[in-house]
Amino acid sequence: MTAPTITAPPADEQLLVPVLTADWGQPESWKLAQYEARGGYRGLRAALVRPPAEVMAEVKDSQLRGRGGAGFPTGLKWSFVPGDLSPKYLVVNGDESEPGTCKDVPLLMASPHTLVEGIIIASYAIGVNQAFVYVRGEALHPIRRLRAAVAEARAAGYLGTDVLGSGFSLDIVVHAGAGAYICGEETALLNSLEGRRGQPRLRPPFPAVAGLYAKPTVINNVESIATVPAIINHGKDWFLSMGTERSRGMTIYSLSGHVRHPGQYEAPLTITFRQLLDLAGGVRQGHKLKFFTPGGSSTPILTEDNLDIVLDYESLAAAGTMLGTKALQVFDDTTSVVRTTLRWVEFYQHESCGKCTPCREGTWWLVQLLRRLEAGQGHPGDVDLLLSVAQSINGQSFCPLAAGAVACVTSAVKHFREEFEAGYHTPAWEYLPYAASAAFAEPAPDRSQPARSAPDPAAPDQAGAGQGDGAGRSDEASQTDPAGRTDEGVTL
Amino acid sequence: MTETAVKANPELVTVTVDGRAVEVPKGTPVIRAAELAGVVIPRFCDHPLLEPIGACRQCLVEIPDAGNGRGFPVPQASCTTVAAQGMRVETAATSAKAKAAQEGVLELLLINHPLDCPICDKGGECPLQNQAMAQGRLQSRFDGVKRRFPKSQPLSAQLWLDRERCVLCSRCVRFADQIAGDDQLSLVERGARSQVAVQPGQPFTSYFAGNTVQICPVGALTSQSYRFAARPFDLVSTVTTCEGCAAGCQLRVDHRHYQVKRRLAGDLPAVNQEWNCDRGRFGFVSERGPDRLTVPLLRRDGQLVEASWTEALAAAAAGLSRAGAAVGVLTGGRLTRETAYAHARFARAVLGSNDIDFRARALSAEETGFLAAWQTDPGQPVTYADLDQAEQVVLVGLEPEDEAPIVFLRLRRAVRQHRLQVTTIAARRSPGSAKLDARLIATAPGQEAAQLAALDLGAGSIVLGGERLAQSPGALTALAAVVRKGGRWAWLPRRPGEVGALEAGAFPALWPQGQPVGSEAVARVWGSGLPTAPGRDSLAQVAALADGSLRAAVWSGVELADLPDPAAARAGLERADFVLSLERRLSEAAQLADVVLPVAPLEETSGSFRNWERRLSPVAQVIGRPGTPMTEIRVLAALADALGVPLGFRTPDEAAAELDQIEPPARPAEAAPDAAATTPVAAVVPAPDPALTTPVAAAVPAPARAAVPAPAVWTVGPANAAPDPVLATPVVADPAAEAAGPAIPAPAAPADPAALGPGEAVLATWRELLDDARLLDHEPALRASARPVAARLNPATAAALGLDDARRVTLGGLEFDLVIDPTVADNVVWAPSRAPGLNLAVAGLTPGRAVAVTPVAVAPAAVDPAERPSEEAQA
Repeated sequence: MTAPTITAPPADEQLLVPVLTADWGQPESWKLAQYEARGGYRGLRAALVRPPAEVMAEVKDSQLRGRGGAGFPTGLKWSFVPGDLSPKYLVVNGDESEPGTCKDVPLLMASPHTLVEGIIIASYAIGVNQAFVYVRGEALHPIRRLRAAVAEARAAGYLGTDVLGSGFSLDIVVHAGAGAYICGEETALLNSLEGRRGQPRLRPPFPAVAGLYAKPTVINNVESIATVPAIINHGKDWFLSMGTERSRGMTIYSLSGHVRHPGQYEAPLTITFRQLLDLAGGVRQGHKLKFFTPGGSSTPILTEDNLDIVLDYESLAAAGTMLGTKALQVFDDTTSVVRTTLRWVEFYQHESCGKCTPCREGTWWLVQLLRRLEAGQGHPGDVDLLLSVAQSINGQSFCPLAAGAVACVTSAVKHFREEFEAGYHTPAWEYLPYAASAAFAEPAPDRSQPARSAPDPAAPDQAGAGQGDGAGRSDEASQTDPAGRTDEGVTL
Repeated sequence: MTETAVKANPELVTVTVDGRAVEVPKGTPVIRAAELAGVVIPRFCDHPLLEPIGACRQCLVEIPDAGNGRGFPVPQASCTTVAAQGMRVETAATSAKAKAAQEGVLELLLINHPLDCPICDKGGECPLQNQAMAQGRLQSRFDGVKRRFPKSQPLSAQLWLDRERCVLCSRCVRFADQIAGDDQLSLVERGARSQVAVQPGQPFTSYFAGNTVQICPVGALTSQSYRFAARPFDLVSTVTTCEGCAAGCQLRVDHRHYQVKRRLAGDLPAVNQEWNCDRGRFGFVSERGPDRLTVPLLRRDGQLVEASWTEALAAAAAGLSRAGAAVGVLTGGRLTRETAYAHARFARAVLGSNDIDFRARALSAEETGFLAAWQTDPGQPVTYADLDQAEQVVLVGLEPEDEAPIVFLRLRRAVRQHRLQVTTIAARRSPGSAKLDARLIATAPGQEAAQLAALDLGAGSIVLGGERLAQSPGALTALAAVVRKGGRWAWLPRRPGEVGALEAGAFPALWPQGQPVGSEAVARVWGSGLPTAPGRDSLAQVAALADGSLRAAVWSGVELADLPDPAAARAGLERADFVLSLERRLSEAAQLADVVLPVAPLEETSGSFRNWERRLSPVAQVIGRPGTPMTEIRVLAALADALGVPLGFRTPDEAAAELDQIEPPARPAEAAPDAAATTPVAAVVPAPDPALTTPVAAAVPAPARAAVPAPAVWTVGPANAAPDPVLATPVVADPAAEAAGPAIPAPAAPADPAALGPGEAVLATWRELLDDARLLDHEPALRASARPVAARLNPATAAALGLDDARRVTLGGLEFDLVIDPTVADNVVWAPSRAPGLNLAVAGLTPGRAVAVTPVAVAPAAVDPAERPSEEAQA
């Protein structure tokens, strides 16, 4: 099979359904005036005239599933919270930290009011009067945009003691995390939000019973909540009309790595990887696909054999992987899978919270094994040892972080065992010279054609002029110099 | 947590562990159910008294059926999985999956664990080592780089942490948070760099820190006291009872080469569960100094010189013979029940004197009556289990964390588990009260009775009173009166031997087993010719020595500094014709003696204590060292022989047998309460000696006075059984003799805040757990955990005293740092009783009396009001 080499945007515009991303290219799209001018807060007004139970039923019947990775039905989650207890809380998980995942941060940059509106509708439906948004601390600029949006919404009467005269009260706290991957795990997030050590909690009790401050709590991903206004606006039938039988609606796919036009692509859950890759201009010129992650580094990798896979929850589960956060990291044939796996596992070792043994100690060992395989100094049998250690970790840890850490190892060895075994004698950088996979090793990609749905959302604004750009671009996957890697605290 | 769940759901479920069915209460974790089924599941983080955390993952088991017909796809942690009806559990013994999982976790735990077992204190009793021997690989598959840390670092003066050995089970952190309430300990950093740590400059100075060493499943935490002292397999263990306080904790004492190397908390669920305090754990080396006595001493030409036993016993017998029956016996509160009984019989049957008391501390006639009544009819004693169940506990004159630390842990557990409401009637909110989330009734010393009388105490309330109530007029009467409101009460002495000594009759108003003075039942055992005049308490003895009405003194285990007026005690001993001291160390009292007889330390004798619940707590002989001094009972027997009146027994066992053979008097519970209320009661308390007491009328503030029950009406009555404690039988058999008896000083009446002079405040104080007590000598690492020494005033009082800018103050010539503490009662200054070098009693300061608080001039550069230590009100 030859790699797609499409350089121009495809003719078939119907593949994409820009809903959340529709306005990202508009000037000052993050401002309330712009948002309202383009129909913003219509969903909220529509919701407030309906009884909360009806709003919840609308979302439940739309079959919206969580966009943060696990895919749990959002409306069902809301219904778990006891209706008669007060206070209860809504916590929005914006701790987007999974390698390759980049959908919530650009959404917060370009259209924070979509989230704010979603929070208000969701809170109204659940009966919450205090919501929290936990945003990854490194995402400073999006935090500013979101805080500004909350302030604007409050000033406009969308938040506060009497939302739009409905008698419903709500306030939102935007909390900046301190930069821990584990705080994307919902109970660790709650701990962190309470000011405690960011480590997962024992369940039961589940957050729906005793979550934040031991009160009933709903925790949803940014994208899940941001989808709610559209569902209320257009109705559940509109949402049900998209996607597959059990994976309804549209979602944001983030493409990064060796593709011509990395960025965010919003499409129904019926799109295939091949279609998406075509939309992104295909793999780098002159190269072909080697492997990709379907939903971030915690989901087992797939190869070109799976080019035509439908990117919905069920199809990926059937292929032994997960839709995850829909972060498609694409790697071409210049990439060393040993090196990539090592980088990922180094990430997990660094981010392991240290609470349980398998994750804390297992990632420590995996990194050491992978480093010597990368250096061509592996001992015969190391690949089996790698799998054995991965088996000791998988399914035995306190939370799913460790399972994610070994998913890339076991799937990479499954597909590319000979490349790992080459690590017994040949350094990875000789087996597949690293320079070849760096972006600058190739002629610069043609950027005259804008990505379909991913204009740079980081245009200057008053709130954060001069802050970094590229929030929407993720072509950083392979730029680390082998000599420049950090040596993780052998002696402390 | 589990226990609460069990109490709420007495329903049982049946689970099958490795094919063995076992019934457990609903809510029981699988790991506990397995224990009941006789199946051992390895674990590191799990501890039955700590909340589950599921961190180490060593206890993974396979659950092919969760009770609903479906199994878990992957092994589950048995410590966090709750047993369900019909659940099937397969451990490593029967499931290959569980075995692989456990072996995998063990291998991962070991990759970063140093192979230093040969030099590790835990080697030989280490759960990780045992597990590695049982389940580990013969050869490690890990040949990479281990995580390393710089070697041991202190968490406090007592506690050392070897981070590379730590398996991050967080037992220590959870203990500190959940049990002790001292949350200075925490986990910091993340991933493989995670480590237990304290904040810089904030050491883990918990009174209970030593427990973390005991529950550490590896050798990561060690104590300064035991580090590198012995190997576990060389030690001989003895189960005994702690002599630190009246809590009655079981101890495991380990010794080698005739020397105790360490003490561990025993496993006695009804009392101390599996915990103890650091004073009980580490404070056992005080008798290893140069002042340890092993040979008798005799005063020759004004000097104490070593003498043979024959000489010393002859001299003692001669001295006591000269004094006749005019001998006072004071035993201190730390003797075993048997030794106290030996003294009780020695005083009455050998010396012919009823002047014996165990209270080497402040006391009052009211307390004498109170204790006599309690001993005569203890009713149904309050127990630890009752504290677990109580709805409200009121503390009065008692700081459990300082005076009975295990009672504090029990209360804290009840506060955490079922929101027990604790109320404290105290001069300030102590750290212990704060950890109990106690409601503070800020009370100047002396006002306890009024506050207690004003409290609403329904059924389910328990009032715990401490020994300091003796100094507060009416307080003990008010304590016993809570029965009338439907509550229950208990009296908690600070010292371990007081309840036993009361039972043994080492008490002026009672003979053994609560028999009245002159009891026929006792005379049948002791013989005829027993004294019938009521005895003098310890303060009266001191006064009688001074005025010559007592000619000789026999003092055992008494520190002059413990007495309310050490100077008077010294004067009394100096005036006495003859002083015999029975001691382990050359105390101040021994230095004033004419003959000093050394006695065996507790670890070389046996016997028993009664703790505050009246629970009999056996003391086992730990060490049988050849050539050691005789036990105190044996010494008394030898002395009795020399005096020509045999004591009747020579060993603790014989003493206990004789004591137990004496029947308590018939309970007067049948007496009609109405009659009691109206019958005039013999005056147990004579008129206060004006020289020793402030006139009551002048001292008690008017509003309080009306509410204070009259302190004088103490008689024998049931303590917790009947609604009214005041019954008909007087304590003293012969009221006529009483009238002619010695003057017993009433408690010092409290100072009237309105009558305070300029610059004065009322002194409040109590003994803290770690102070300059001689029992803590030679263990500086333990004393380092003491609370910071400071005098405390509330802001208004400080302002009224003109101390706004003061940083140090003097009280009666003693200098203290000043802390402004809003919880202190108005017009009260609080200071610790015996901070090192700052003994209030020696300085002549009496709690409840007015004391001048004056600022100490500090060099001008150092005066900065902004930096003055201050404490915010604790929520």
